[in-house]
Amino acid sequence: MATFDLNDDSVVVVIGSGAGGGTVGAELAIKGVKTVILEAGKRHETEDFINDEWGSFGQLAWTDKRTTSGDWRVARDFSGLPAWIVKSVGGSTTHWAGASLRFQEHEWKAQTNYGDVEGASLLDWPIDAEEMAPWYAKAEDRMGVTRTNGIPGLPGNNNFKVMKAGADKLGYKECHTGRMAINSEPRDDRSACLQIGFCFQGCKSAAKWSTLVAEIPKGEETGNLEVRPESHVLKIEHDDSGKVTGVVYADKDGNQQLQKARVVCVAGNSIESPRLLLNSASSMFPDGLANSSGQVGRNYMRHMTGSVYAIFDKPVHMYRGTTMAGIIQDESRHDPSRGFVGGYELETLSLGLPFMAAFLNPGAWGREFTSAMDAFDRMAGMWIVGEDMPQADNRVTLHGSEKDQYGLPVPNVHFDDHPNDIAMRNHAYKQGRALYDAVGAVETYPTPPYPSTHNLGTNRMSAKATDGVVNKWGQTHDVKNLFISDGSQFTTGAAENPTLTIVSLALRQADHIASQMSKGDL
Amino acid sequence: MATKLKSYNGTGGTPEPLFLTTTEIEREESMRVLDKRPKVSRRGFLGGSGVTLVAMSILPSGVIMGADSAWAMTAKALKPESFATLVQMSRDIYPHDRLNDSYYAKAVAAFDSQAEESEDSKKMLEDGVAALDAAAMKAHGVTYGQVGWEAERVALLQAIESDGFFQSIRGGLVTGIYNNPDVWPLFGYEGASADQGGYIERGFDDIDWLEA
Repeated sequence: MATFDLNDDSVVVVIGSGAGGGTVGAELAIKGVKTVILEAGKRHETEDFINDEWGSFGQLAWTDKRTTSGDWRVARDFSGLPAWIVKSVGGSTTHWAGASLRFQEHEWKAQTNYGDVEGASLLDWPIDAEEMAPWYAKAEDRMGVTRTNGIPGLPGNNNFKVMKAGADKLGYKECHTGRMAINSEPRDDRSACLQIGFCFQGCKSAAKWSTLVAEIPKGEETGNLEVRPESHVLKIEHDDSGKVTGVVYADKDGNQQLQKARVVCVAGNSIESPRLLLNSASSMFPDGLANSSGQVGRNYMRHMTGSVYAIFDKPVHMYRGTTMAGIIQDESRHDPSRGFVGGYELETLSLGLPFMAAFLNPGAWGREFTSAMDAFDRMAGMWIVGEDMPQADNRVTLHGSEKDQYGLPVPNVHFDDHPNDIAMRNHAYKQGRALYDAVGAVETYPTPPYPSTHNLGTNRMSAKATDGVVNKWGQTHDVKNLFISDGSQFTTGAAENPTLTIVSLALRQADHIASQMSKGDL
Repeated sequence: MATKLKSYNGTGGTPEPLFLTTTEIEREESMRVLDKRPKVSRRGFLGGSGVTLVAMSILPSGVIMGADSAWAMTAKALKPESFATLVQMSRDIYPHDRLNDSYYAKAVAAFDSQAEESEDSKKMLEDGVAALDAAAMKAHGVTYGQVGWEAERVALLQAIESDGFFQSIRGGLVTGIYNNPDVWPLFGYEGASADQGGYIERGFDDIDWLEA
């Protein structure tokens, strides 16, 4: 494991160690580039993870102060917790469920394919399916995605079997145990899945891919990567020529340090990344770093989500085994005859009793609620994830008065559902309920969205510098040696869980940065 | 069939065995289901001449005792009557017939601890209970805990459900009731599984009632 000096201005500094940052940092190191990853959270290894929902939440979740506004129900139910993401080495890849789906071809060009949607700020990505195909292939191999590279699918658990029975009754054709970055057989020095459950709480067998167990160790083995935990970046600095020169961070004792840098990659997830750019405003960049377009923080997307839980008259024990144990893809197509543009996936989901109490219907009480809880062992569940519409005013801004533990303005996350999001959610609720009814459900529950796990779009990628924050390499339009490496660069969200695309973009970006550095262009 | 399972610890070096063996379990024909019946051992208390609420009594010593004598608690900061009223209120917010009052009393003990630590919390709780009792007296001529029907008590709670007092009790109960590992078996939830080798040999796919 390498250690680099604070004054070493030859290093690439990566801010964040999740799907984007952990991957771009490790891949740069593998390519021989000296890299420092600054991670705000602590380093918890596989053996430290806790099979306890609230205990694990306390260990891993990002709970720094945040505020919310807008008509989304999260702002009412969880006003201080807009997002359920992670502050720990590995970032939210310690928490993710593992679903690894490629974007569909039409989703790269949403503006072209969906046309004008009132109130939406749709834009085409400056890249497409053909450009991304080899990077997806590389990411699937790195992550060990089931049903790719000859890797068998995972076995289906009870929750999946209920979903599959309903899918068959409804005539759905594309229902299987998913393309999952969870080992169905030993691979990459990691064990096969033991069907523990608790995928959201950090996998205790390391069968699930994360940057913590898969990418970062490989980067560290090269001697080119230093991961510095408990290093919370406060500001990115630049010189008179407008190039970034280093970052100021608070170390574990709260002391401020300046790490010099040749290149900076920002990967703090879609709330912290724009917040950091906005907090890095200077006389040269008065509206925030790399924000000449005014797009930093705008077009915040969180996927159209919701859940359907159903109770039956016989046991299911849905929590046994992988949390996201199967998928239905039939509704992911773009088919405006359903009353909305874009599509959605249906994926099994389970919560333990403590989180079911918190999330089934937040704020509810009385016998209707407790009769659902009484049937916990007879419950099956699915999560809905679909494309939501980018909207310019759905945005991350700096709060006018609230400050964090370092004295910096906290982020406010504003989100209003677009009518397309609502139409899609209602369609998905109807399909989910019909599916469970077909298997004999005695009751079904349309459960509202949880705090966002898929946070996207706040530094979006655009062909033109006036339309977005970064170019097709994730390089900011305004600052040549500043890159965005996380899901905030998403131009549109597509229907698929975003991690595979974030990892693919990060591998591609690392290749570009290394090649530009060797040419002397960075 | 003891399986040796390897785990990579993520820090480099040789993979270490995380689970040396899984428990050997014969595959059963039918689904592995859980017995959700309570297994509380009941113990007797001498009867007292204290105040009787719907489901519990307050002894002259200040001890709050379950009506079925299965549990007893002493309030640290709250008045015993307030503690008992909060137990009843908690059951009315999240009524589970298979949970005896001891689980609700344990959740209320957490509020009592907050009252012990903070005068503001204590005042909020005592004032809230007093207001609830006053509303019950006005509507039914008795204190909240003595109102006979759940539906009548629930109506009193609905009238205050947007208040800070009600919301802090309800919010606290979400963890106070459902994050208590002692209640998990009563709901058929099995809790941690990694220490038992996961569910791969323990029924992750044993559902037996779906039509083919």
